Amino acid sequence: MNIRSKRRLVNRFALGLSLAAMSFGLFWLCWILYTVLHLGLSGLSLALFTKMTPAPGSPGGLLNAIVGSSIMVGLATLLGTPVGILAGAYLSEYGQRTLLGFATRFINDILLSAPSIVIGLFIYAAYVAQVGKFSAIAGVFALALIVIPVVVRTTENMLLLIPNSLREAAFALGAPKWIVIMRVTIRSAKAGIVTGVLLAVARISGETAPLLFTALSNQFWSLDLDEPMANLPVTIFKFAMSPFSDWQELAWAGVFLITVGVLALNIAARVFFREQAKS
Amino acid sequence: MMTTPITETSTTPAPAVQLTIRGLNFFYGKYHALKDINMDVYKASVTAFIGPSGCGKSTLLRAMNRMYALYPEQRAEGELLLDGKNLLDADIDLNDLRARVGMVFQKPTPFPMSIYENIAFGVRLHEDVTRAQMDDRVEWALRKAALWDEAKDKLNQSGMSLSGGQQQRLCIARGIAVHPEILLLDEPTSALDPISTARIEELIHDLKQEFTIVIVTHNMQQAARVSDYAAYMYLGELIEFGDTDNLFIKPRNKQTEDYITGRFG
Repeated sequence: MNIRSKRRLVNRFALGLSLAAMSFGLFWLCWILYTVLHLGLSGLSLALFTKMTPAPGSPGGLLNAIVGSSIMVGLATLLGTPVGILAGAYLSEYGQRTLLGFATRFINDILLSAPSIVIGLFIYAAYVAQVGKFSAIAGVFALALIVIPVVVRTTENMLLLIPNSLREAAFALGAPKWIVIMRVTIRSAKAGIVTGVLLAVARISGETAPLLFTALSNQFWSLDLDEPMANLPVTIFKFAMSPFSDWQELAWAGVFLITVGVLALNIAARVFFREQAKS
Repeated sequence: MMTTPITETSTTPAPAVQLTIRGLNFFYGKYHALKDINMDVYKASVTAFIGPSGCGKSTLLRAMNRMYALYPEQRAEGELLLDGKNLLDADIDLNDLRARVGMVFQKPTPFPMSIYENIAFGVRLHEDVTRAQMDDRVEWALRKAALWDEAKDKLNQSGMSLSGGQQQRLCIARGIAVHPEILLLDEPTSALDPISTARIEELIHDLKQEFTIVIVTHNMQQAARVSDYAAYMYLGELIEFGDTDNLFIKPRNKQTEDYITGRFG
């Protein structure tokens, strides 16, 4: 057997292996998607978006949970994004070889990989237990703590991709460092940073554990940040565990909503990144 | 009335000095990259630095606007006198200095903003101008950089949408828009095609009426074409400096001759 046909054989074998690995992964993913679509779609109705979470046996929807989730995810993103971008900019532009930069990066990596239940328990101990009640704002804090390390990490990485020659060009015009960072460096990395924020939003949209110990949930309509607030993940958790079939159906509908939402965010992030990269 | 001394052998009067370099040494950490450089950069002329890679010509250029100060391990010692003031002094305002000594880099570096904003960016840093004044300034700079005809209809388009040669002219326009006294060009055409290169060279010729230009180039023909004065550097030392014509036609130093005739480098 000559070397060429041997190579071809090895190539085919390796290709076969990677195809098999890919199908294995895709199989489960497709199964999950199928189940979510199959069971979730049947629960979709107008009532889902117009009615509150019901008592078992009576008709209802998920309106309070949808609105509650949107509020908490939105506020957590508003809170976590600026902190994350500023910290990421510090790490990339000032803290490359400093002790503080090293320590911040290290701690951020720990925070990034911390199980979300730990974050939930931390906010419980640090805020909920002190104040003495579950509240939506505690949920916002917990979710923001998950957003921050994701945004810090992507911001730093995206800024590091910006060539130094661009920074030097701005300095060469006599720009002070903060203007270089704000108007040239961050602007150049905009697409990557926005993508990071969108992925962070996708990540917290489905987080259950941090909300379980903080915002709890609420059977009723409430917009008060100082009171427990309904949200999709905890409602799904509660309803899916219940023995009532109408609750279980609502839980599947909620799963469907989160899945579609996260999918849409991911696609939006990719499209945005590509559009920016083109211009 | 003063009369020109008859002992003057040169036919042209001695040119005015823009920048005086005395005993300049430069270090990258412990590495001694420039060794006791002494020379003058003349006003309203083009001075070219040539020499093999790593000879220190870019380092010398980056000392003139203290670009090296961005990197803590780099330092310069000696004198770089501009209007009698040493640019290396600690009390020099770097942003101010860089407005007086502009720089254009090897690779075009348009900022991620419109063509108009690319130019307005630098102007706004140093001056308070009205919208109308800014419009005039942008047009002036683009005309000077021979880019106006190509860019006037798309001032609001991204600077990144221009071709490589146009981007480099945008960078030159951006540099001269802040009215520097000296313009440093660090191999400005090495990433460009021959036609774009020719346009930049013409531009350099026009710009030297108003600006003192210092150019680093790997291309000896380019140095011969565009410069009035040329300096040959080797291993961090200034080997020969003088009139471009003299340096290329009858170099005084054997090393210079070997380099420009292509025997090494």
